[in-house]
Amino acid sequence: MTDLDGITTSVLTEGLDAHLVVDRATFRLDLALTAAPGEVVALLGPNGAGKTTALRALAGLTPLTSGHLRLDGTRLDAMPPESRPVGVVFQDYLLFPHLTALDNVAFGPRCRGANKAEARVQAAVWLDRMGLADHAGAKPRRLSGGQAQRVAVARALATGPRLLLLDEPLAALDARTRLEVRAQLRRHLSEFEAVAVLVTHDPLDAMVLADRLVVVEHGHVVQEGTPSHIARHPRTDYIARLVGLNLYRGRAEGHTVRLDAGPAITTTEELSGPAFVAFPPGAVTLYRDRPTGSSARNLWRCEVAGLETHGDQIRADLTGELPLTADLTTVAAAELDLHPGAPVWATVKATQTHAYPA
Amino acid sequence: MTRSAHRTRRILQVAGASGAALLALSACSSSGPGTGAGSSSAKPSGTVTVFAAASLEESFKTLGKQFEKEHPGTKVTFNFGGSDTLAASITGGAPADVFAAASTKTMAIVTDKQDAAGTPATFVRNQLEIATLPGNPDRISSLKDLTKPGLKVVLCDESVPCGTAARKALDAGGLKLTPVSYEQDVKSALTKVELKEADAAVVYKTDVRAAGDKVDGVDFPESAEAVNDYPIALLKNAPNPKAAKAFMALVRSAEGQKVLSRAGFLKP
Amino acid sequence: MTDTLESRPRRDRHRDRHRGRTRTAPIPLLVPALVGLAFLLLPLIALLVRAPWRSLPEQLTSAEVWEALRLSLLCATAATVLSLVVGVPLAWLLARTWFPGRGFVRALVTLPLVLPPVVGGVALLLAFGRNGVIGQWLDSWFGITLPFTTTGVVLAETFVAMPFLVISVEGTLRAADPRYEEAATTLGASRFTAFRRVTLPLIAPGIAAGAVLAWARALGEFGATITFAGNFPGRTQTMPLAVYLALQNDPAAAIALSLVLLAVSIAVLAALRDRWMTAS
Repeated sequence: MTDLDGITTSVLTEGLDAHLVVDRATFRLDLALTAAPGEVVALLGPNGAGKTTALRALAGLTPLTSGHLRLDGTRLDAMPPESRPVGVVFQDYLLFPHLTALDNVAFGPRCRGANKAEARVQAAVWLDRMGLADHAGAKPRRLSGGQAQRVAVARALATGPRLLLLDEPLAALDARTRLEVRAQLRRHLSEFEAVAVLVTHDPLDAMVLADRLVVVEHGHVVQEGTPSHIARHPRTDYIARLVGLNLYRGRAEGHTVRLDAGPAITTTEELSGPAFVAFPPGAVTLYRDRPTGSSARNLWRCEVAGLETHGDQIRADLTGELPLTADLTTVAAAELDLHPGAPVWATVKATQTHAYPA
Repeated sequence: MTRSAHRTRRILQVAGASGAALLALSACSSSGPGTGAGSSSAKPSGTVTVFAAASLEESFKTLGKQFEKEHPGTKVTFNFGGSDTLAASITGGAPADVFAAASTKTMAIVTDKQDAAGTPATFVRNQLEIATLPGNPDRISSLKDLTKPGLKVVLCDESVPCGTAARKALDAGGLKLTPVSYEQDVKSALTKVELKEADAAVVYKTDVRAAGDKVDGVDFPESAEAVNDYPIALLKNAPNPKAAKAFMALVRSAEGQKVLSRAGFLKP
Repeated sequence: MTDTLESRPRRDRHRDRHRGRTRTAPIPLLVPALVGLAFLLLPLIALLVRAPWRSLPEQLTSAEVWEALRLSLLCATAATVLSLVVGVPLAWLLARTWFPGRGFVRALVTLPLVLPPVVGGVALLLAFGRNGVIGQWLDSWFGITLPFTTTGVVLAETFVAMPFLVISVEGTLRAADPRYEEAATTLGASRFTAFRRVTLPLIAPGIAAGAVLAWARALGEFGATITFAGNFPGRTQTMPLAVYLALQNDPAAAIALSLVLLAVSIAVLAALRDRWMTAS
């Protein structure tokens, strides 16, 4: 072990310290990830970004090409998955269909050395904690989605892992159950004293469940920080879309950010150098004719590319001088007679934009 | 209890037979198709279909070629197989001219169904012999030697002719022999010895002869009690009776008998 | 896997049974289907029609018939067990691991399916015979000879029947989700424990189906058995051998024996069907 390694080890004797490199024929994952005990980290990213590969590498199901993996100061790189103190909640739970809920949860303790009776006692405690004592004898196919998800969490926790991995833990649930299960999962995760890493493509799940977000695109970390910071300061189109903001990159000179391709945007912040400008779709006002009395400095000529219902509002995708998304009420959309191809004028007040250094 | 020295004898016989064949060839080239017994009125022509016991394969093929040379314009096609199977296909309506069986019992299947024209005639006989491993390492010199403990002997099943014959021979010698297997036909029994899986088998002389130096043959006197007659018959529904008669005549002629005895058959 | 059905409400079972079924079939499917059915059934019906019913009781009271039947059932079952013990792991290897030449190995495994059984028997003799490649060592070191023994019958039947099991189990394994094994390993199970406690129960219906196929094939095995193990009543003479030899001079007896074999195998398969095969 080199001196450098020694230092890193002594610095992070607790929690997760990983640099995951996995080479595939058409894809390379290169991701650094650290987390303190008790912290919940969400890997957020589009499909194919490498989140699941990262999770599999942490669990030992996919070997690392290079990099390292330490948990509480212990190297896990060369350890087979069955020896790692890691619990996994799989996307579709993968509860063993031939075993009851109780035996599913008892499976881990049993493999880790407990005898059948002990393992069942431990499993019963976990099911009780999840509010599933009544379903201990049920086979997975007789459990509802939410119940199965809780059994899966109990099964992963029953081995006493130092690292809990959750792969899209809520994706398999319908919208109504999701709300309820999300709240329960949040409670269990906050009680969990070791590191939890969850993978999701749903920003809401990530923001509710995680203390910290790590945004992954094309196998790399593009941004990380607390959910609120990332929501306010998106640095890629993907995140901006996720959090529902229009995002542009350009060069700031005082109160103006000149975009790399396109017009300038007037902002309230005063900056210089490379910068991002973001504003929500609701800040955009649309007109059929060029507004004459408007004081807005940010006025662009656009064309409606598409319209869709978004809650009780209409969301309009615009192309033209500045491609953007605008939200407006159904009434306003009807009055403006919006339809794909219709020319419109869009304005945004400087006070509703938000600029920050890139 | 003589152990015949087949190898030497075979060489002599081969030499003799080829001489005979040469003679036969020269005979037919000089005198033409007049020699055949069935060619009294007109020349035989067309295809003759012969159903014959598997043990006759080599000799009959030789005779078939000879027949085609003697009678230009004829063609002999064979169907060799187990006599029972052949009898079953003949009674089932297979288009054949001649049936040569390995036992009178199988021929009876055909005659019982009135499928034969005339009475079958015995044209050769086959005798049992003990087939041993090459060089006879177990020093088997009699049928009684086969009952020695530890010796792996295979017999034919009693449902097939060679098995019935072996039973007769054993009974004649007052011997009780427990083989390791009752094989489904004579070739299987012989194969077991050829592959050295069995130490000895009771099979026909002709089979020992055909196996060449892969087995040695041991004669035994009880075999006289179990000699197998090979009958041949013209079939009632023969499509080509004229040529069929001519072929049967060749089989029973002196030339035919020479070829057959070369394969180990006895004269009737 | 019986609980698949038991644990579900009856209504579901009823619905499942009729899902995707229609009362009418298009003529281009119906006609060939019926021709196929008739082709398969007619020989069996002919066997029943021409069976010597009057002499049947007398044919079947011989001790040899029951000895052959007992030996057939015993050997077919032993061959199935042997096929399971080595065939299931082989199927796992083919389905779940990668090694150079795996496709070739799979082709080799299926070879006994196309090999004439008699040739298989000769090949077994060349390998395990007294003078065979392996057999000569078995003989000189341990004094074991396999030809002409009941063990030889079991080996010959296993050789012919195991490919059915391997193919069936491998197919089931391929269809089964390998991530269950992964889930088991993340819970601390070694690959073998994962296989034993998770994979095996999951593919049980496929294994059962494969075992039934292998058993049926072993029960009817003739060529490899008679070639490798010979024919001796009570030791190596199974029903198919008895039937074949009876056919040589007593077709009526052969038919009677076949009926017994047919009846027994139908009874066994029907009994197993209810227990195992419905879930698959």
